[in-house]
Amino acid sequence: MRDFISARARAIPPSGIRKFFDIAQTMEDVISLGVGEPDFVTPWCVCEASIYSIEQGSTAYTSNKGTPQLRDAISRYLDTRFATHYDPEAEMIVTCGVSEAADIAIRAVTDPGDEILVAEPCYVSYSPCVSLAGGTPVPVLCRAKDEFRLTPDALAESITPKTKALIANFPNNPTGGVMEERDWRGIADLLVDHDLLLISDEVYAELTYDGGHFSPARLPELRDRTITLNGFSKAFAMTGWRIGYLCAPPGITAAALKIHQYVALCAPVMGQVAAYEALRNGGAEKDAMVREYRLRRNLFVDGLNKLGLACHLPKGAFYAFPSVESTGLTDVEFAEGLLREQHVAVVPGSALGPSGAGHVRCAYAVSRDDLKEALSRMGAFLESLK
Amino acid sequence: MDEKDRILLHLLEENCRTPEEELAVLAEMSEQDVHDRIGRLEKAGVVRRYGAVVDWERAGDGNVAAVIELKVSPERDFGYDRIAERITRFPQVRSLRLMTGAYDLQLLVTGPSMHEIARFVAEQIAPMDRIRETATHIIMKTYKENGTTFAEREEVERLPYSF
Repeated sequence: MRDFISARARAIPPSGIRKFFDIAQTMEDVISLGVGEPDFVTPWCVCEASIYSIEQGSTAYTSNKGTPQLRDAISRYLDTRFATHYDPEAEMIVTCGVSEAADIAIRAVTDPGDEILVAEPCYVSYSPCVSLAGGTPVPVLCRAKDEFRLTPDALAESITPKTKALIANFPNNPTGGVMEERDWRGIADLLVDHDLLLISDEVYAELTYDGGHFSPARLPELRDRTITLNGFSKAFAMTGWRIGYLCAPPGITAAALKIHQYVALCAPVMGQVAAYEALRNGGAEKDAMVREYRLRRNLFVDGLNKLGLACHLPKGAFYAFPSVESTGLTDVEFAEGLLREQHVAVVPGSALGPSGAGHVRCAYAVSRDDLKEALSRMGAFLESLK
Repeated sequence: MDEKDRILLHLLEENCRTPEEELAVLAEMSEQDVHDRIGRLEKAGVVRRYGAVVDWERAGDGNVAAVIELKVSPERDFGYDRIAERITRFPQVRSLRLMTGAYDLQLLVTGPSMHEIARFVAEQIAPMDRIRETATHIIMKTYKENGTTFAEREEVERLPYSF
């Protein structure tokens, strides 16, 4: 029989955490700082609204781009929360999580031979999606010395005549780095000069701790060359509901919608009902979760630095990204040793891009008691290395 | 009262045994500042008392609790305050509130038996001047107290890793 697997599928690298996953499965008492999702359960009002709608028989397809009710609510939310303005009819698609939004955004704009810049370290899906679309992903490195911001210098170095777009995710998974208005201005100049598109994944926008989130589409020169991606998973603890959205100028939105309607048809209606309720009544619980993440961040980052694992105070998302260089181990060795010996799961930074090497990603989306226990186990692990 | 005070109060309300050192890290301030602020909040009567949320049912304690509604005729010049002040003095009264709606005062009363509570209401509360009507509701089960849920839910399995 022939090998039926396509060259493109074969070219996708295997997951950098598969091995760790398998080890963790054999253990009973793992404290996992390895999961990129909130530990909170979705606010009850949101669950209740969705349950009620199912009881009422709301179980059918919706409009491809999502219910008008939800798109209206998202449009108003973006306007009041981040001062960005998108027409709910022509400039918005509700998707199956931000993962799908990223995929259809990339496919809507990528031609074979296009180079798509990816600000790294980052969430693992962007580069494979670019490759699957026939494009060439090109990493742009964000560095610890810049608190993992994207700098104009790093960007400028990577631009070639083939470059078409930049994908960036701030607040960032895995570094917790953020970009403020002045940081985006320098990037915007380059994007305009080289006529590039920006795909901005802002799924952690609500999780900023020192000053609000700045959405790059607020800059007039970027408004019509930006695809803004966002969703409900992180802000409202709704990972399992799979609701994200894509906002872009009408032409790009129409192109992405063609792909969305064939691959997903529409996002699940139960999730759309839930998302609408989250925007209507979930604000207070969202704010309470953000306050709690901030407390955990303070506790955990303080603990890491006391252990001698250098970590800047991340200003967004729920990740700490300490350097493990002081241990003499690589990030993979550190993560594996910590898991095997102390049953604490963290993600090696190199699994999230070459510039993540020497760091590990610790999600502090676990209870403060678990964070304290994790810190004490990390301390014991460091002792054992001496 | 500023934002920092508010954070401290929330942390203390959640767990008043948190060491000042940890409070300082959590609330992004110095230990001395934490110490001074708590002292000030205690002195100002904002922090009334430090206590535990106890599930007495689970502790095996046979105490009975009841919510008692009172209709009261208010007094000229004092309204409900004087009668409320007298009722607060009974140690059986765990909490006392003035309510809007069909009745005026709401008491939470605990006692060793239903009989004791009935006697307390009949002999101590009902005969007081200005009490027009009482209604006693025995608490059958407590599901949540001061924000703490008593029933145990099974932990939901989460993946150990995800990007």
